[in-house]
Amino acid sequence: MKKLNRRSFLKGGLAGGAAIAAVGTSKQALAGTHNFGGYPDSMGVLVDLTKCVGCRTCEAACNKEQNLPEPDKSFDDPSVFEERREGGLPRRTTEKAYTVVQKYDVPGREHPLFRKVQCNHCNEPACLTSCFVNAYKKTPEGAVIYDKTVCVGCRTCMVACPFYIPAYSYSSPTNPVIKKCIMCYDTRLKFGRPPACVEACPQEVMTFGKRKDLLKLAHQRISDKPDAYVDHVYGENEVGGTAWMYLSDVPFDKIGYDTHLGTQPIISYVKEFLGMVPMVLTIWPALFTGFHLLSNRKDAAKNEENKS
Amino acid sequence: MNSLKSQGFAPVVSDLKKDGSEWTVKEKIMLGLSPKEYWAVQLRNPFNWVLWAIYAIGVPILVGRFIFGLGWVTHSSYDYPWGLFLGWGLFTMVPLSASGFMMGTTVELFGRKDFKSIERLGLLNGLLGYLFAVVFLQVDLGQPWRLIYPMFVSLGPAAVLFLVAWHVATYLTCQVAELVPAFSEWMGFPKAKKFIKSIVLGLTIAGIILSTLHQGALGALFTYAPGKVHPLWYSSPFQWLHFFVSAVFAGLSMLIVVSTLTKWFMRWRCDENYLSNLSKLTLGLAKGASMALITYLVIKIIGIAHDNNWAYLLTGWGAWFMFEMVVGVILPLIFYTMAVRNSNASLARFAAILAVFGIALNRLNTALIAFNWQLYREIPHWRELVIVFTVYATYIVVYRAVLARMPILYTWKEKK
Ligand code: SF4
Ligand code: SF4
Ligand code: SF4
Repeated sequence: MKKLNRRSFLKGGLAGGAAIAAVGTSKQALAGTHNFGGYPDSMGVLVDLTKCVGCRTCEAACNKEQNLPEPDKSFDDPSVFEERREGGLPRRTTEKAYTVVQKYDVPGREHPLFRKVQCNHCNEPACLTSCFVNAYKKTPEGAVIYDKTVCVGCRTCMVACPFYIPAYSYSSPTNPVIKKCIMCYDTRLKFGRPPACVEACPQEVMTFGKRKDLLKLAHQRISDKPDAYVDHVYGENEVGGTAWMYLSDVPFDKIGYDTHLGTQPIISYVKEFLGMVPMVLTIWPALFTGFHLLSNRKDAAKNEENKS
Repeated sequence: MNSLKSQGFAPVVSDLKKDGSEWTVKEKIMLGLSPKEYWAVQLRNPFNWVLWAIYAIGVPILVGRFIFGLGWVTHSSYDYPWGLFLGWGLFTMVPLSASGFMMGTTVELFGRKDFKSIERLGLLNGLLGYLFAVVFLQVDLGQPWRLIYPMFVSLGPAAVLFLVAWHVATYLTCQVAELVPAFSEWMGFPKAKKFIKSIVLGLTIAGIILSTLHQGALGALFTYAPGKVHPLWYSSPFQWLHFFVSAVFAGLSMLIVVSTLTKWFMRWRCDENYLSNLSKLTLGLAKGASMALITYLVIKIIGIAHDNNWAYLLTGWGAWFMFEMVVGVILPLIFYTMAVRNSNASLARFAAILAVFGIALNRLNTALIAFNWQLYREIPHWRELVIVFTVYATYIVVYRAVLARMPILYTWKEKK
């Protein structure tokens, strides 16, 4: 019904014939997009939030591995959990910290819940698809990495990332670039080794492995202990699936996860426009040359009349 | 200058002075005044005092932006990567500059020669708007010296911004070409004008294609952020159409506003032909704008219906949205329609001001205010605001300087 409305509206001529064609094909284009689903043997990390104790060892490990600057407060200072950025929101990833642990006091839960945040290494990353210099790359191992040397600094990837992950080194006047977790690609993942944060965690919160195996493991854990987990593997399907996935005993929307992201990769929301581009490129020139000829013929006809 | 003219000053309108000798380029730049007179006029103008005040504060801050980095002039927000530089400088300036392709289409393509006397103002408004959108972009980009990377170094052709970059660049070239005739008359190079005349149809059609796509693309940029932009300002299938159609009335309304300003403040520079036709042409533009407005209103409603967002209208965001729609769309639509019916150009001018305000509000809403609607509102840093004023002031200065010299508001008297 909705579609019918739209069609008949467009036929009303408000937008013109070409737009009908454009909307028509972009619908098909959209239908033609299936989830890419990522590389079959890509790696991932399963994060079991129920086990995290908020020691921030992972933050420290990341800082060291990625050669990040000294933090303002030391990694064993728990007061960072109470820090609030604008809007009363907890700490997020920054140019100095590719991963942060957040604390959530959940009513009725014995201990607070800790949540480690870093890039989720999406199967079809929004950051990658939005970048106009193609700086990002999804490697077959599953990491989403980027080339600093071509980053222009338009920050569209920051707008596009549904998880608010990429940060930007605003403080640098001469070489500001995007900064985010790269799943330790250069130093570890490339050689098949788990990321630094994963290895450093004393509680074994994170499991490194093939994404498809991790999915099995996650569902296994849920079915083994249905009371200990909510029945949702966050990241299995969100925005087309992510390499990092999460298990929790508290509903995800209560602990800062966006549960309204849908299962379509972000690029699918842009396809309507992208599908329209070739239509405009091909139809417009003919259409408007036609208009021009028509309006000039009228003139010519008038001139004829005037003459006779 | 208006008062000078009433005292008998005659501005440059052709290659030749009254006594038959040629104006030199320097004299033309000085508007045909002696240097002393010229500077005296500049000093007397209170608007210039305001500009100097803006520059006194703004230039050091603008220089500081490049020395100390973006972090010094903005809040360095990771959640709001785009601030006023793009929200105003790109997303608002570009639709307000759509007049270029609209006038080209009307005059060159549809053969409406009756719009000829305002065509060049439309083209200039387009060119300068785009030029300064690029200036704003350069202020905002982290590494402005890499601006050509998406063109030649590392290409990401599947990204919407890639399309914007290429199209704005090509379209700028197009617009420069379209204004070559005005420049060549003023400088006295008739050949250039002839050449452009021979390709003007191609330029115009290229202009339409590029404009449709990049105006739409600016909207499509926000479809990358489906969860971040408030649903009332977001529609994945229609965002590009909303941006494109609203650019049509934005460009026309801006042209009405600018032409009104010229009529008041630069009357000395306008010729009889321009002034006597202006009211009629304003109504012509008003008619076009009202058609775009009604189309926009309908597709906005369809956008809401398509995603079934009616419930949001009852929230605080809904009230804000209704404010934007009533003041920026429905009222201008009503006033434009009344203006056309009663041949009331003043009412059309008032409607144009509302529509320009409405567009600015819409773009700022989409890019900043209703962006991250579930998080918090970002208040721009004062230095960011100062830079916006400084760059915009420069836009006005350049605009005024060109209008005062080149044959935009008057017709050049060709040598016989
Ligand atoms: S190291 Fe492990 S337990 Fe400690 S905060 Fe990080 S994820 Fe949680
Ligand atoms: S989480 Fe964000 S930054 Fe990481 S891959 Fe996905 S879209 Fe890109
Ligand atoms: S994967 Fe590597 S870069 Fe990413 S958060 Fe962990 S340690 Fe840091």
